[in-house]
Amino acid sequence: MSKAIVHNPGHQSTDDKTVFGFWVYLMTDCILFAILFATYAVLQGSVAAAPSEGLFNMPLILAATLILLTSSFTCGLAVLAAQRRDAAQTLTWLAVTFCLGIVFLVLEMTEFSQLIREGNGWQASGFFSAFFLLVGTHGLHIAVGLLWALVLMIYIAKRGLTVILVKRLRLFSLFWHFLDIIWIFIFTIVYLMGTAQ
Amino acid sequence: MTKHSVDTPITGDKAGEATLKSYAIGFVLSIIFTIIPYILVVNQLLDGWQLTLVLVVAAIIQLWVQLHFFLHLGNKSGARWNMVVFLFMLLVMVIIVAGSLWIMNNLRYNLMSPEQMDVYMKAQSEKGF
Repeated sequence: MSKAIVHNPGHQSTDDKTVFGFWVYLMTDCILFAILFATYAVLQGSVAAAPSEGLFNMPLILAATLILLTSSFTCGLAVLAAQRRDAAQTLTWLAVTFCLGIVFLVLEMTEFSQLIREGNGWQASGFFSAFFLLVGTHGLHIAVGLLWALVLMIYIAKRGLTVILVKRLRLFSLFWHFLDIIWIFIFTIVYLMGTAQ
Repeated sequence: MTKHSVDTPITGDKAGEATLKSYAIGFVLSIIFTIIPYILVVNQLLDGWQLTLVLVVAAIIQLWVQLHFFLHLGNKSGARWNMVVFLFMLLVMVIIVAGSLWIMNNLRYNLMSPEQMDVYMKAQSEKGF
């Protein structure tokens, strides 16, 4: 990976290749989520014990959604600060993104534990298996992203904004915005449509 | 792809460069298009296909907002390959999701028990063929 700093002028830079490669990874991850969405859509209406009304704690979900959207914004601000070579601001915005991500995860775990306490764990029905698999996989991605942000913050604090760290920050922002997009679809398909039915 | 230095944003060059303005616009738009469908659903202002339509449209607008303002996809001609991969992913996605729903609904229809079939036929005849 350290070779990626080297630029070969006049040709496609390795930097571009890294970003492109990461983009391809994100697209394959999208397909993973598409499969989980398809599983959810198939199982949702075809279980004996259909989910009851008022299953989801909607204010909590809305709060989680707004927090994730905000963290996506602050992540963008971190990238902008890095472009200005402002290490202090980059760190600040990255820390804000990290904290918002933690709050999001805590809210999601709160929701999960509520559901499980009400007897709606993943073993309750095919619907709940698909639900926990889909939302849980997104939560796992968020957790990995948080770990990545933490490592990135430590590196930037130690080494400043080196070329490779700025590139990693850009890749992280791609990942984070991508998770935001996935969540928008979870919010719409699972929560809004699930509540509307 | 044109070469670009580390300073350039994710995929944007001159046009559609990542600026504070583009992030701010994207942020406000995404908040608006989260709140609108939420209010519609929670207060039960719409139902049936109208609600589904609004939800789907809001989600697609949000997808566009995220791709355009945050990921800066497709506003630089050089990033064509990113777009190609994205479109291919969409194709695979549609095949998987639409295909699964189609096959599974067909299975449900074909594997009905005689009792379920009675109920189904009654419902169909009430609807009028």
